Amino acid sequence: MCTTCGCGDGHEDHPQGHAPNPLAPWSAPAPLAHGTRLISLEVDVLEKNDRYAAANRAAFASHAVQAINLMSSPGSGKTSLLVRTIEAIRGTRPVAVIEGDQETARDAERIRATGAPATQINTGKGCHLDAEAVGRAVATLAPAAGGVLFIENVGNLVCPAAFDLGEAAKVVVLSVTEGEDKPLKYPEMFRVASLLLLNKADLLPYVDFDVDFALQCARRVNPGLTAILTSAKSGAGIDEWLDWIERGRPPRIAAVR
Amino acid sequence: MHEMSLCQSIAELIEDAARRERFQRVRTVTLEVGRLAAVEPEALEFCFEAAMRGGRAEGARLEIVATDGRAWCLGCGREILISRPLDPCPHCGGGQVQVTGGTEMRIKALEVE
Repeated sequence: MCTTCGCGDGHEDHPQGHAPNPLAPWSAPAPLAHGTRLISLEVDVLEKNDRYAAANRAAFASHAVQAINLMSSPGSGKTSLLVRTIEAIRGTRPVAVIEGDQETARDAERIRATGAPATQINTGKGCHLDAEAVGRAVATLAPAAGGVLFIENVGNLVCPAAFDLGEAAKVVVLSVTEGEDKPLKYPEMFRVASLLLLNKADLLPYVDFDVDFALQCARRVNPGLTAILTSAKSGAGIDEWLDWIERGRPPRIAAVR
Repeated sequence: MHEMSLCQSIAELIEDAARRERFQRVRTVTLEVGRLAAVEPEALEFCFEAAMRGGRAEGARLEIVATDGRAWCLGCGREILISRPLDPCPHCGGGQVQVTGGTEMRIKALEVE
């Protein structure tokens, strides 16, 4: 048997020009059929998304726009928290929002009611936002230089974690009406986030939610994770959340348009 | 269920490679999937078949090769290998581990004709 490709040709090896089998070091590949060849690709499956993400990141940097990707399960209060946040930031910095949902423009309408510009992306059957769709939305929205751009991802604790949108930071929202152990059940989402907002804190007196245990679960997955208790209703934690955003503010560029 | 979008990306990358490398059909797609990548191999296989339909890799075999999950244990300060995101450190049993690798997914090679 050919020792290079494993074909059952009887010869010890192909005489020449036989490319070494790139699969050899890490698996025992099926023999190559004659008339076929192996192409070593070594390309990341998300390469295309990552290229769009890099373009978004460069565009954000050139306009000193601070993009924040907000992710959570449906119903954690992301949109209400955003409305409250916009009201608090407005007047200090420009704010714009990209809303991601499978259907309807309801969330973008809620944001526009605050006076902030918003664009809705409907993903249809898609379960997450990708960098290409965000790039198109950014072109329409044209967020003001030096401002904050919130990207509210599709409510889903699984898929959005895998797609880089070109954001400066990923923030995960977990509400106190959910289970404290969600970080253990959906570890990838909590691993990629750099901030955890424990939302609906005003409901803590009425629910059996153990804040310490929730933080323990989150830090089991992501030991360095920062957390803030927030409430869109009472305004608790909003100042701390604004401070966190301010600390991540990109350096102002002299030549922004 | 983002496995479908991943498979659609794979289909596009294959068509790109076909133009570059001038091949007509793909027999086998070898995919390297980190043990800590947030994908389900069974869902991937299911979507793969559907996503390849009508393209050069229609009917191709999908070979998934798992790569190690790598992490850093904050308890004992060692580099460790884990196979699931919440595995404790195999040396000290500590639960505070920071994932450092094994979350990627790459098309390693194509067997083409």
